[in-house]
Amino acid sequence: MMFIRSFIFFLGVLATLLLGWAGLVGIPNFMISEVQPPKGLERYTYEQSYGRSIYIREGCLYCHSQQVRPAGFGADQERFWGRPSVPADYVYDKPHLLGTMRTGPDLFNIGARQSSEDWHLLHLYNPRIVSPGSVMPPFPWLFEEKISAAPDDKVIVLPDSITPREKVVVATREGRALTAYLIGMNHTYPVSQVPAHNDTTKKK
Amino acid sequence: MAAQTTTKEQFISFASHTTEEVSEKQHRVEIDDSVTSPVVLYFLTGIGWLVFGSLAGLLAALKFNLPDWLGGTPFLTFGRIRPVHLNSVMYGWASLAGAGMIVWLTSRLCRAKIKETWALYVSAVLWNIGVAFGLVSLFFGYNQGMEWLEFPKPAGGLIALGFLFFAYSIVQTFRKRQVEHLYVSLWYILASLIWFPLLYVVANLGIYHGVTEAAMNWWFGHNALAVWFTPIGLAGAYYFIPKVIGRPIYSYYLGLLGFWAFALFYNWNGIHHLVGGPLPTWLVTVSIVASVMMFVPVMAVAVNHHLTTIGHFRMLKYSPTLRFVVFGSMSYTAVSFQGSIESLRSFSEVAHFTQYTIGHAHLGVYGFLSMILFGAIYYIMPRIAKWEWPYPKLIKLHFWMSAVGIALYVVALNMGGWIQGTMMNDPSLPFIASVNATKPYLWARSLGGTMMLVGHLAFAYQFLLIIYRSGPTRYVPAWFELRKTTEEDKPV
Repeated sequence: MMFIRSFIFFLGVLATLLLGWAGLVGIPNFMISEVQPPKGLERYTYEQSYGRSIYIREGCLYCHSQQVRPAGFGADQERFWGRPSVPADYVYDKPHLLGTMRTGPDLFNIGARQSSEDWHLLHLYNPRIVSPGSVMPPFPWLFEEKISAAPDDKVIVLPDSITPREKVVVATREGRALTAYLIGMNHTYPVSQVPAHNDTTKKK
Repeated sequence: MAAQTTTKEQFISFASHTTEEVSEKQHRVEIDDSVTSPVVLYFLTGIGWLVFGSLAGLLAALKFNLPDWLGGTPFLTFGRIRPVHLNSVMYGWASLAGAGMIVWLTSRLCRAKIKETWALYVSAVLWNIGVAFGLVSLFFGYNQGMEWLEFPKPAGGLIALGFLFFAYSIVQTFRKRQVEHLYVSLWYILASLIWFPLLYVVANLGIYHGVTEAAMNWWFGHNALAVWFTPIGLAGAYYFIPKVIGRPIYSYYLGLLGFWAFALFYNWNGIHHLVGGPLPTWLVTVSIVASVMMFVPVMAVAVNHHLTTIGHFRMLKYSPTLRFVVFGSMSYTAVSFQGSIESLRSFSEVAHFTQYTIGHAHLGVYGFLSMILFGAIYYIMPRIAKWEWPYPKLIKLHFWMSAVGIALYVVALNMGGWIQGTMMNDPSLPFIASVNATKPYLWARSLGGTMMLVGHLAFAYQFLLIIYRSGPTRYVPAWFELRKTTEEDKPV
């Protein structure tokens, strides 16, 4: 009797978890594995991939999402953050960086909204230079101070009050790669199936 | 003249009358003795990670208030300190303290001395090395990029290995049990021993890509709570509430219903973290339905715990353990109801992507789990260290700092988060308005966090005293309020 009860307990415990996995991860994984990349989606360049690893290293994902909500669910559409994202947009993403927090704005189409390398570098050096009130951390270690810039250096022009004396501030390889990744974040190409607003029960 | 140390025999002779009671107590003391060293090791290292993790959490919180403070130091940037905080308190504090509690509980509930003690030492060492290695990696920016799975593979592997050694000892003890009846707490413990390793293995299969990786990520993230952290908390609450009050749990059958409904529904919840995202709608809907169905196990547990407590609230005045554990079980009811409602689409539209979620998470992991672990440690330590807590005032300080701190934390972030979400969803306002609006609430959060840290320091200090058997000698438990020790209390 004890043995049978233990067996049922063991089986039940095992089954509940594996059923959950099958339903929420296993089956969807099988279904979505067939998704083809859209025509407009390009693979990351080497520099962008490197930038993406900097994005992960500095924990950008804890404050920025990379997913656009459909119309009628939040204000992403009204803020012109792009069409709703679809599974095909993410086929080259490993690890995924969908995010769960918007302390800062969504970055799925940041490259389309703000394509200036100078702006991004300034913003990374200290966000409050270009975005007063921001609580984003500064990333000065993505830059270095030099006596004079080399020909292929990217110099950033800081406000006078914080410019170091007799030195120039240039972006490091890491800083430029992260910027390349951000500018490359452009998912404005068309996709065949854009989901409609997914809540049919709620009245607006 | 009072004896300087209370020996095992004195403990046994305490208030015992018949030979049967003496042998019963003798047996219990022997069981407690068998777990002393491993449990102290788990608790001590767990509390170490608690203090470290709270410091990291407070630093991360202050970064919101003062974003340029320590801004030039890469390893102290918010994006690295935040995962350090989470992993330190979850895989360090809650897991190790929980493991210690499980060792003691299993031994007591099976009425058997702990078996394979060596495996517990190996487990504690591997686990701690894994956490330390993982945290150092995060400081240096080696992050796997997925929440709850940030640790590099070797660190996660060490922790997983440590878990297997731990599970081995628990299962061996269970097999040598001296009882017929298995108490509810044991169901949760045994289930989590099967669930957690399985969860970890399935999550690390490496077959996921794109949005299904996100589905796996949140299935894992939410299930780490479902199959490991919540069972620890519930096992503790199911044991300590009836134990301290001294009457049986309200209903065995509700316990059974609660357990199986919990097993059935909880692990379907995770995908609500991706509401509004690029996943098939049905997937999110399934998770929302399961989240709402969590009302069933939660009500069963709530009725069981609260109806056991009701009528005995006077005891909260005296017993530190009961006060912490009842606070924890009330938080469990609150956080579960909040979670079920939060999963609804109309609610998520505002609360998702905001500080509201952070408040919710802390109500669960701190208000529920950590408070129960505090209560458990206050109960277990005097029994295995053979020394009473020296300063009840410090326990009181710990309780109020933790209770008021977490209340302030949760209220501030729930309010601030809701305002943040409302403003974010109002396209007539610039995005930065939603940032500025949260600022006063984020200061309140930092204040709450500071209070919790003060509580932890009081707790850690007194923990060191008890393991070294320092401080004033007591012959009665360190109640909050009780008559002074009299001649009759002293051992004969």
